[in-house]
Amino acid sequence: MEMPIPNAKLLANKAKIVARLSQVLPPEAVIFDEAETRAYECDALTAYRCPPLAVVLPANTAEVSAVLRICHDEGVPVVPRGAGTSLAGGSLPTADSVILGVSRMTDVLETDYDNRFIRLQTGRTNLSVTGAVEEHDFFYAPDPSSQLACAISGNIAMNSGGAHCLKYGVTTNNLLGVTMVMMDGEVVEIGGAHLDAAGLDLLGVVCGSEGQLGVVTEATLRILRKPEGARPVLMGYDSSEVAGHVVSDIIKAGVLPVAIEFMDRPCIRATEDFAKAGYPDCEALLIVEVEGSDAEIDEQLGVILDIARSHNPVELREASDADEAARIWLGRKAAFGAMGNINDYMCLDGTIPVNELPFVLKRIGDLSQEYGLDVANVFHAGDGNMHPLILFDANKDGDLELCEALGADILRLCVEVGGCLTGEHGVGIEKRDLMLVQYTEADLQAQMWVKDVFDPAWLLNPAKVFPLSVSQTRRDVAA
Amino acid sequence: MGVILPKTEQELSEAVAGAAGPLRIVGGGTRPIGKPVAGEVLSTAGLSGITLYEPGALTLVAQAGTPLAEIEAVLAAENQRLAFEPMDHRVLLGTDGTPTIGGVVAANASGPRRIQVGACRDHLLGVRFVDGMGTITKNGGRVMKNVTGYDLVKLMAGSWGTLGVLSEVSLKVLPIPEHEATLIVHGADIGAGVATMSAALGSPFDITGAAHFPLTAGGSADTMLRVEGFEGSVAYRIEALKALLAGHGDMNTVEGAVSATAWQRVRDVDWFADTVDDVWRLSVKPGDAPDVVARMGAEAQVQLGWGGGLIWALLPEGTDLRARLGGFSGHATLIRASDAMRAKLPVFQPEAAPLAALSAGLRAKFDPRGVLNPGLMG
Repeated sequence: MEMPIPNAKLLANKAKIVARLSQVLPPEAVIFDEAETRAYECDALTAYRCPPLAVVLPANTAEVSAVLRICHDEGVPVVPRGAGTSLAGGSLPTADSVILGVSRMTDVLETDYDNRFIRLQTGRTNLSVTGAVEEHDFFYAPDPSSQLACAISGNIAMNSGGAHCLKYGVTTNNLLGVTMVMMDGEVVEIGGAHLDAAGLDLLGVVCGSEGQLGVVTEATLRILRKPEGARPVLMGYDSSEVAGHVVSDIIKAGVLPVAIEFMDRPCIRATEDFAKAGYPDCEALLIVEVEGSDAEIDEQLGVILDIARSHNPVELREASDADEAARIWLGRKAAFGAMGNINDYMCLDGTIPVNELPFVLKRIGDLSQEYGLDVANVFHAGDGNMHPLILFDANKDGDLELCEALGADILRLCVEVGGCLTGEHGVGIEKRDLMLVQYTEADLQAQMWVKDVFDPAWLLNPAKVFPLSVSQTRRDVAA
Repeated sequence: MGVILPKTEQELSEAVAGAAGPLRIVGGGTRPIGKPVAGEVLSTAGLSGITLYEPGALTLVAQAGTPLAEIEAVLAAENQRLAFEPMDHRVLLGTDGTPTIGGVVAANASGPRRIQVGACRDHLLGVRFVDGMGTITKNGGRVMKNVTGYDLVKLMAGSWGTLGVLSEVSLKVLPIPEHEATLIVHGADIGAGVATMSAALGSPFDITGAAHFPLTAGGSADTMLRVEGFEGSVAYRIEALKALLAGHGDMNTVEGAVSATAWQRVRDVDWFADTVDDVWRLSVKPGDAPDVVARMGAEAQVQLGWGGGLIWALLPEGTDLRARLGGFSGHATLIRASDAMRAKLPVFQPEAAPLAALSAGLRAKFDPRGVLNPGLMG
């Protein structure tokens, strides 16, 4: 994975830079000892590691501003970091960059149930946002699988989704406002507790900008009253095509489930071995969950089960209580762990138009055979987000590269059928070199203009999102 | 001057690239909002047609000049709709013309259901557009989950043609629910109306519209709460709401077509239609609405939406509402006023200096010659 060559002048200047940073932060907030910086050398894309020049852990917006002003002045690239759970290498540093971690900034600043928002510092974890409001029976809807650990700052940077997004949208549909520090230290407020942009939708472009436009220190998020209840139903089919039709029919019937999860046979088998959730051994498994009062749930499930039966399932399982509901979900929630138990794996998140699933699964099967690497598939059937899980052996020479090559082919396939490279994880470094598969140079120019405006010095996370050759001239001017 | 009428995206690209001066981008011409633009008219009417519609995938792709009515009819035939229910500005502004889907997106035109499902920008999956130099550009695609690079889709929505001319848009569509009903609570003043709406929106009963019309001469105050879904669900939720709101006032329920018509009137601000005074649209924190409305003065007539977060205000011609209100959290847009007034006052809420600089910077990148609806969003 190509990364920019560290700037020798900055490396030579490390002591001065650290000294300046130490003037605006308490000692425990500046990490520069080589051994200690190693804790920040990678995120959840662990195949790529590089200790940064230094790490700063500010406690508030003012400290973030002071840090950025110094880095701007010294020409030091800054890599923002939430909880470091990125699967795309979003917070992978270079040796000449400073990691700016927001993990000490976790306060809830304001909770307003009448106006249905919460304002908080963005280092707070996703699940703890719901934690802050659940005693009033409210919740924060976007629920990435890593929600126990991932930070809101990263959610905003990557526009994270989760299983609930079919009904509730992703981060950008639930984000009302931000306090953001620009690379030169200026603090801006965009949005707030009101809806809609006053003019251009700057909030909309900041969300999903992968830490390249500013450091978001505070956010105003939409909170919702929890529905009265939820219940899943499990269905097994002997063909992914039929499973796809079931999903399509459910949607066309006017039901909007809160989640529709799909697992293929390799995934079901691995999960059964590991979690023993009692899943049927079949080609395609669907878990569909609906929300509402008991009566409303019954009404929706009535429609769903009629459709499910009409397509001749090999298994159909309802939940009559919370335990049975948990057992239906058990396997799906253990799926990634199950795969990890077998082998190292790479998790992709290409997205496809939902009706293309059977074709794409067949092609993935063909590619899997060609490459000699097993692939299991989890799929968010309501929104088309795939999670092909490619098994490989990190201890075997060349296996990682083979895995990456297969992954790239699968993502090319997703784009070919009208989908995209990444539905949830973001580009980071992982899909950077595939960007020209989905976009033209002109398309990427338009995106880079936005960074030119927000961060003319190109110091914020500069090695991400855009192929290095495409961003070269801008990064060279900065250096 | 004639009207420039490209028939293809390529022709659109050439037309913009070859522009000799400012262009006034026109879809259906039904939403003359913003500072008046003097320029050669570039019409998108020739870029018409649905290019893809997959009901099972909840996806529709159409050229920007496609009439909205055509799209809505095609969707209705499959029992689907644009859930953000775009406002028809012809009612309020007294304009003629055929609204286009591109115009809906450029204006981020949305309706009461915005509080539940989001605005137009939350249903927009992808755009193709021509920037101010004529370069054909795309962003997003046609899938709901897409975080591949920056989200220029959101930036283009509500940009009123000032960053690029849309040529094609991809939208998420949703099923039309089996049934709808509206609970109407009578007699509340604005404070009580906002409290009622807040209680309803904070309940688990999934409100899809929350509007309030305060007392006027000869009229009564009504707070409207809409629920949609399967019949059993709607009936259950109406009863649950009645129980929740017992004591908030006398109530009655309307259903089906009667409910739908009422919400169409709310959506289009029908109540201010046959008047001549100026119309302002404010977005505020819902709980601030009573105070903001009080500060508008006795001559203001208002209609609230989004549980109080949206204020439509009718004020005497030439009122500088922002000056009258002083500072407030949120923003005010001058929707209907004479050309002279719209030229004189900022139409869109002036941004704080750093944000204004960012907006100006973006316009300078996307439209360096300043030919696309220049000054409209001033």
